[in-house]
Amino acid sequence: MNIIVCIKRVPDSEGRIAIGSDAASVDTQGVKFVLNPYDEIAVEEALKLKEAAGAGSVTVMTLGGDDSKETLRTALAMGADQAVLLKGKPSVDGLGTAEKLAEAIGGREYDLVLFGKQAIDDDNLQVPAMVAELLGVPSATVVVSLSVDGKSVKAEREVEGGHEIVEFGLPAVIAAQKGLNEPRYASLKGIMAAKKKPLEEVEVGDAESRLEVIQVMNPPERSAGEIVGEGADAVPELVRKLREEAKVL
Amino acid sequence: MSILAFAEQRGGALRQAASETVTAGRVLADAMGVELTAVLLGPPSITGESERLGRYGADKVLVGSDDAFVEYVPGVHADAVVAAVNEIDPKVILFPASALGKDLAPRVAARLKAGLASDVTEIRVEDGRIVAVRPAYGGKVYITVAFKGEPAVLSVRPRAYMAEEAPRDAEVKELSALPDPSQALTKVHMAAGAAKARPDVAEAEIVVAGGRGLQEAEKWSLLEDLADALGPGTALGASRAVVDAGWRSHDEQVGQTGKVVSPPLYFAIGISGAIQHLAGMRTAKCIVAVNKDPEAPIFKAADYGIVGDVFEVIPRLTEEIRKLRSED
Repeated sequence: MNIIVCIKRVPDSEGRIAIGSDAASVDTQGVKFVLNPYDEIAVEEALKLKEAAGAGSVTVMTLGGDDSKETLRTALAMGADQAVLLKGKPSVDGLGTAEKLAEAIGGREYDLVLFGKQAIDDDNLQVPAMVAELLGVPSATVVVSLSVDGKSVKAEREVEGGHEIVEFGLPAVIAAQKGLNEPRYASLKGIMAAKKKPLEEVEVGDAESRLEVIQVMNPPERSAGEIVGEGADAVPELVRKLREEAKVL
Repeated sequence: MSILAFAEQRGGALRQAASETVTAGRVLADAMGVELTAVLLGPPSITGESERLGRYGADKVLVGSDDAFVEYVPGVHADAVVAAVNEIDPKVILFPASALGKDLAPRVAARLKAGLASDVTEIRVEDGRIVAVRPAYGGKVYITVAFKGEPAVLSVRPRAYMAEEAPRDAEVKELSALPDPSQALTKVHMAAGAAKARPDVAEAEIVVAGGRGLQEAEKWSLLEDLADALGPGTALGASRAVVDAGWRSHDEQVGQTGKVVSPPLYFAIGISGAIQHLAGMRTAKCIVAVNKDPEAPIFKAADYGIVGDVFEVIPRLTEEIRKLRSED
């Protein structure tokens, strides 16, 4: 089974996000970058599927600059076989990035393309479904359970209040949600091996942005609240305030 | 010239998301001085729901009533929305940022080669351009984006536009292009028995969220009791720590790697308030925190706080709410 996993380098979720001096970008100086957490799940799923099939390869792919090589190596250290760096700038909206990825994927042999359900930087949730549309293959997003039997795929998607079961054939696109698996940590052996694995670089140019960022702001401030009191005795006063002041009960 | 709003249904009934999306469309249509058309895809019985869309401000409703629309099948729905787009040539296409909308909007945008702004909280017109505000980095920053071309495709965050009535007699018309389910690449059905009685945490009126301060998974019965007392619009939420510990399922997680929520009322129970959690719930209208640590960062974001033992405070709170509800 040949699997392509599309990944992204993103700021760690534990960190603060500072706004750039132009007020229209994010200041990434001093920020710790990681492999997007949902993409870790996608890489893990690819490795498990390849292990179960007993044959095939896992290729990790990203659109980005030279600093994304570190992220590709992280995925190689987990166990992916090879990496492809599409050198170019991702788009503001998802479509330009999806076009670059679909073009690169379409020229390769694949059974399955895996994504994380969203990148935790721009939170677009667009690229996986768009790549599926551009490739003209079936897909499921926000997948919490996946089984592949020969050429048929059964996936469970998270929807409000339950799960949806989706069935289709390969080749296909899957976007992974938390809960699908527990991603492995890279072993020391894996990290050493990753340095020697092939990392192909392809100049693809910048993706077309159909949106433009005009401002980046801090979220609206919340005014400082009040401590109503201590312990259970404060509850009646809290309930009164929720009803009479905040009018939410 | 017009705006197209996707009206979501499930099981033959409009979802809350439908009235919110149509409300957002109405606000924008008034600002632009154009007509608002809603597109409604559902089972044959769905036509009866179309008049309700007029109540929230739809001038026209394009209805696709067919058994092919009973479940959300991506290709079939995308075909139908593109058919509606071809029929009315809208400048703006709105989806709810629901599970369905987040899957469908990118497919439609890809087919139309159009820009998509996801999960927006505000849409306006500036110098003739469609401009939208959207939280990113799990809500740590708000990004204002402008569309370079048309149509502009947007998905609207739940509760960003609260449903508001703007009644009119909507002109209801059947969508002329019929779906071809044989072309569907996927087969879809709901997982049996999986449906939960409570609303989704992203769409709820009230969220009761718990963290590590609850000490163990079994203690969630306290939060269940509180949620039951508050009423049927109440969802349970969870911090990342307790989801990672396996106490609660991921669909309840609030924060950067979970859901970003904006309910009118949010209870943070035994949640210390990590940056990634605060980013995910700070747009709630009213935040109540209960924590035994007076220094917990959650109190800086909360409108009202009680410092104390959650195992004493929560049962008392449940009792007081029950009393209040029985008096109503």
